Amino acid sequence: MIDAVISVLEKNGLVTAFAAIGIMMYISYFLSKVLTRGRVHGSAIAIILGLTLAYFGGITTGGDKGLADLPIFAGIGIMGGAMLRDLAIIATAFGVHLEEVKKAGLSGILALFVGIMSSFIVGVVIALAFGYTDAASLATIGAGTTTYIVGPVTGAAVGASSEVIALSIAAGLIKAILIMIGTPFIAKYIGLNNPRSAIVYGGLMGSTSGVAGGLAATDPKLVPYGAMTATFYTGLGCLLAPSILFLVVRAIFGS
Amino acid sequence: MVIYGVALLSVCMLVGVLFGDLIGSLIGVSANVGGVGIGMVLLVLVIDYLRRKKKLDIPSEEGIKFWSAIYIPVVVAMAAQQNVVSAIAGGPVAILSGTLAVIVSFALVPVISKVGKDSNDTFDHTHDA
Repeated sequence: MIDAVISVLEKNGLVTAFAAIGIMMYISYFLSKVLTRGRVHGSAIAIILGLTLAYFGGITTGGDKGLADLPIFAGIGIMGGAMLRDLAIIATAFGVHLEEVKKAGLSGILALFVGIMSSFIVGVVIALAFGYTDAASLATIGAGTTTYIVGPVTGAAVGASSEVIALSIAAGLIKAILIMIGTPFIAKYIGLNNPRSAIVYGGLMGSTSGVAGGLAATDPKLVPYGAMTATFYTGLGCLLAPSILFLVVRAIFGS
Repeated sequence: MVIYGVALLSVCMLVGVLFGDLIGSLIGVSANVGGVGIGMVLLVLVIDYLRRKKKLDIPSEEGIKFWSAIYIPVVVAMAAQQNVVSAIAGGPVAILSGTLAVIVSFALVPVISKVGKDSNDTFDHTHDA
């Protein structure tokens, strides 16, 4: 009987994912109401729950896709994968006011450059503190601190070791996870409650998954504004980190 | 029909991602540059145009609204498949740099928001005067 159930769930992966995520959302909104009286948003709890399950999925299977590595939850990999995530993000643009985007466009571009530089510098400084001295390693860890895609792209371009590349991915993952968890709690202290600051926030944070999760748990109306700038961050990072930023690091610390 | 909305949304995404890839290869970057953002702007412009022409019926809008509403569950599914184990396994360098980068970025949000706003405000004032 149990085998029959598992077989049905595995064969209908995406539908199983809809059911499973729906149940997770229900539990999270219930916890939000009962335990926190709505103070912690249900989506914030759902995302934290998702990350926790991803951790347990990761240690049980040894895979790199969290819960989606368990065969019965493989559908979660499709539902939360880049394709449907991007489709859903674009759909949120349905509620966008073009005027707001125009007004904050320049701040958004400024935020992109400042965001990439500041995260990169943080990564380089920490790497220095832990004894890395060669330009390739420093730039790769700095790049990974922008996002976990920029790290390996830069590492491959400047010839960093595979351990350093793995480290840079880990730094980017930590950043994405913390943005998801931290944003709803920090939002009111940084004025994240209007389209303009959401556009700036998206440009500074950069990680699409972090921004997507963080804003969803803060105020779904702000999602399209943040996502719009965040989506340019990784591309710009892949452009700047292995070129200008690497050259600057090499000029300062030598190869 | 609902599928018209979904199809419109999908075409916007495909065109956006295509442009993102093209921009990426033009500037010699092995990544998609802003594909999703371009798709969003495209969707906003197309919807605005169709609304003005009164060519967008309610079922078509529902097709887009559904995906917009399913966004949060999709993000939860995304969270559930993050590689949390390897993030933590990265050790102190990864944890410290990731954490500090987030703190610095958070702190910069009000600063950068203000920069743009101030110049805009002065612009608005001169405009009023």
